[in-house]
Amino acid sequence: METLLYLVFGLVALVGGVLVIVNRNPVYSALSLVLTMFAISALYILQQAYFVAAVQIVVYAGAIVVLFLFVIMLLNLGDESDLPASSGTRRFVGALLGVTFAGIVGAVVWEYASTAGPAVAAGTDIDHTKLLARVLFQNYLLPFEVVSLVLLAALVGVLALIRTHGRDLDSSEADNV
Amino acid sequence: MSDFAICLAVSAALFTLGVVGVLVKRNAIVVFMCIELMLNAANLAFVTFSRQHGTVDGQIFVFFVMAIAAAEVAIGLSIIVTVFRNRASINVDDVTMLRR
Repeated sequence: METLLYLVFGLVALVGGVLVIVNRNPVYSALSLVLTMFAISALYILQQAYFVAAVQIVVYAGAIVVLFLFVIMLLNLGDESDLPASSGTRRFVGALLGVTFAGIVGAVVWEYASTAGPAVAAGTDIDHTKLLARVLFQNYLLPFEVVSLVLLAALVGVLALIRTHGRDLDSSEADNV
Repeated sequence: MSDFAICLAVSAALFTLGVVGVLVKRNAIVVFMCIELMLNAANLAFVTFSRQHGTVDGQIFVFFVMAIAAAEVAIGLSIIVTVFRNRASINVDDVTMLRR
């Protein structure tokens, strides 16, 4: 029964991933990405990573994809039919590299999965979120602080990139922005 | 096929989809979405291995990956907006100035 759920949500994730690439309209691609995020979140729940599943939905579906949609609609992008068609060479090379890569990764996964033992039960004597917090703030405190610095740097970087060098947004620029 | 193998296979397939998307698509925003797909595939592998080993360290790594992904998306999308301001296009083939 549980294996069936794994299969269903795995398939949903893959279908979402294919739709991201196949769709011509970036809005549909973003919505397919949400489908993939939710399916992966379900896989997290099946693996008892409840907190990660919640954070996945909040951060990815709630923040990142909304940011994508915001930019798509800000730039007023329609479907890609006005872009010149992708060259056959590029599609061929992309497909070839993709198949090669899938073969390599699949071989490694097959090798590992066939030799791995049964899953070890995580510490069940303690609340899962409490356990995560304990590990995060004791063993990984320095990386946590570094990540907060990275986020601050990203914030400053975005402001520096978007800045219009002191010019007021006149009418010509306002059209583009 | 065990649940473990299913999750790893889904992770590998999602990563491959992301790679193919980055190689084939020309819309810069969709290329970014494919990068997100790859990051999510890595996250799925982290959680799967974490469960397999009975520790939560892999799940901690997922938080770090998510934080970096958020920073990367903010920077990347502002680069795309800046390019669109200058070129009125988000076709990645139009941004070749550094190649010349």
